[in-house]
Amino acid sequence: MISNQTIEQAAYEIMGRAAIDIPDDYLSGIKGMVNTEEGDLSAFVLGAMLENYEAATEDRRPMCADTGLPRYYIKVGNEAKFDGGFIGLERALRSATARATHDVPLRPNRVHPLWRTDHNNNCGLNSPEVEWSFEPDADWIDITTVHKGGLFGSDYRMLFPGDGIDGIKRFFLDTLIAFGKRGLACQPAIVGIGLGGSKDICMVLGKQAACLRTVGDKNPDPKVAELEAELKELGNSIGMGAMGFVGSSMVVDCHIECGFTHTGGMPISIHTFCLSSRRATARLHADGTIEHRTDPQWFTPYMRREGIEWSNDASSKKSA
Amino acid sequence: MVERRKLKKVSLNIPASAEDIAALELGSIVFLSGVVYTAREGVYKRVLEDREQIPANLTAVSNANFHCSPAAAPDGKGGYRIGGVTATASFRFSKWMADWLDLTGTKIVIGKGGMSADDYKTVLAPRGAVYLTTVGYGTGALLGRGVKGVRDVLWLDEMGIAQAMWQFEVENFGPFLVDSDLEGNSLFAEQGELVNQNIEKLYEGLKPPALHRYGETGDRKKEVI
Repeated sequence: MISNQTIEQAAYEIMGRAAIDIPDDYLSGIKGMVNTEEGDLSAFVLGAMLENYEAATEDRRPMCADTGLPRYYIKVGNEAKFDGGFIGLERALRSATARATHDVPLRPNRVHPLWRTDHNNNCGLNSPEVEWSFEPDADWIDITTVHKGGLFGSDYRMLFPGDGIDGIKRFFLDTLIAFGKRGLACQPAIVGIGLGGSKDICMVLGKQAACLRTVGDKNPDPKVAELEAELKELGNSIGMGAMGFVGSSMVVDCHIECGFTHTGGMPISIHTFCLSSRRATARLHADGTIEHRTDPQWFTPYMRREGIEWSNDASSKKSA
Repeated sequence: MVERRKLKKVSLNIPASAEDIAALELGSIVFLSGVVYTAREGVYKRVLEDREQIPANLTAVSNANFHCSPAAAPDGKGGYRIGGVTATASFRFSKWMADWLDLTGTKIVIGKGGMSADDYKTVLAPRGAVYLTTVGYGTGALLGRGVKGVRDVLWLDEMGIAQAMWQFEVENFGPFLVDSDLEGNSLFAEQGELVNQNIEKLYEGLKPPALHRYGETGDRKKEVI
């Protein structure tokens, strides 16, 4: 039985870890880009960011003062037992958010869209967002938090099957160029693309692709993985680097997630997870122990199931 | 490792003198010591539209306006703990800048992403003011390290941590990059022009989508701010 207190403690702990410690996969990606960046200004920016990550970890201070819109992704094992039920779990997440906002400190970013009311604890109407998923044959709960800014770098468009890969490439370029200028997207970014689904799921998949997959990860569908690589290269060939300065550092990695969509459409969403790509995950085991990591392992074979039944063997089903 | 030009590094005391400001070159790296104050839409509205008074001694203490909301919390001893410090995008504050510079005598505007080249030519440069951009964005931990204390905070209860007017005592506070000079030149605009030279080639051979969208620009050489 996982206690409510364990859930709250883990949810609180990952808020601080996400805000302060840059995940290793993203750090390696940026280090690789510094070595190849020829633009002097863009390279200086990347170098300053590397110093900043170190300063954050040394001082236990948030790497970016815009601590974004803190939120949670929860994966519950089908065999997991936890007291307080789902309501207790959601209450623990809110309490952890409020405590972490004061203690880390996080910026109290959450306000009412019209009245700008700020509870100074990052909780409010529909905040923090909690997204749920499930995992067969597991007795643990995974809690992931993501801190992402929210003003620039995302867009959605309804494309049609006839627009093809050209349409995807154009929209990809449009979004990166528009938000890349002056570095509004805080690039180089992990670019997440949602393809298909209903409009709302298209947005959700793209955001999850950006925030919940690590640098170096590939889509299990080899043709989709090929497109990921092609788009990454296209983004880095724009001629733009960090802060929109001349350079080649735009896309640390590109992740695509697909959902079955309307036969007439090919909706697409694009999301950019920034130079402060903040995520942290805790696994709460049945015996009450907590394990920390930075790879959310969100897209399991079960999450990407295509048929009525599924298999945990990732190679057993492929669209391509 | 590829060969790159080394950028020039400058340290400035705040309030900055007219000579110091005139000597700043586009693309130089700047570190500040002295006092910088934060003001963004909340403060601008309160002072310029609702006619509330700014602190009487502001000009003598600081002529550097930071478009920033700190990650801060009360320390329980009557002071504040400043965590990370990062700028917010400045282009949104364009409509208030002329009146604000006139009222406060501010000569250095610091923020994220610069303002339009037109604002530099017509608003900042004629008033002897320049723009410094934060780097990254953002180097919240490095900037947080540069904040040595909170000299004063105004309108905290009324406007909250993010919008309140903070006065930070800073030392070796940076890095920033000089985006505009007293001639109204813009580093972002110059770099943008260079990037633009490659854009047409990127779209060559890619057919436009069947369904068009209403939009303010279809010209990728333009900016969206």
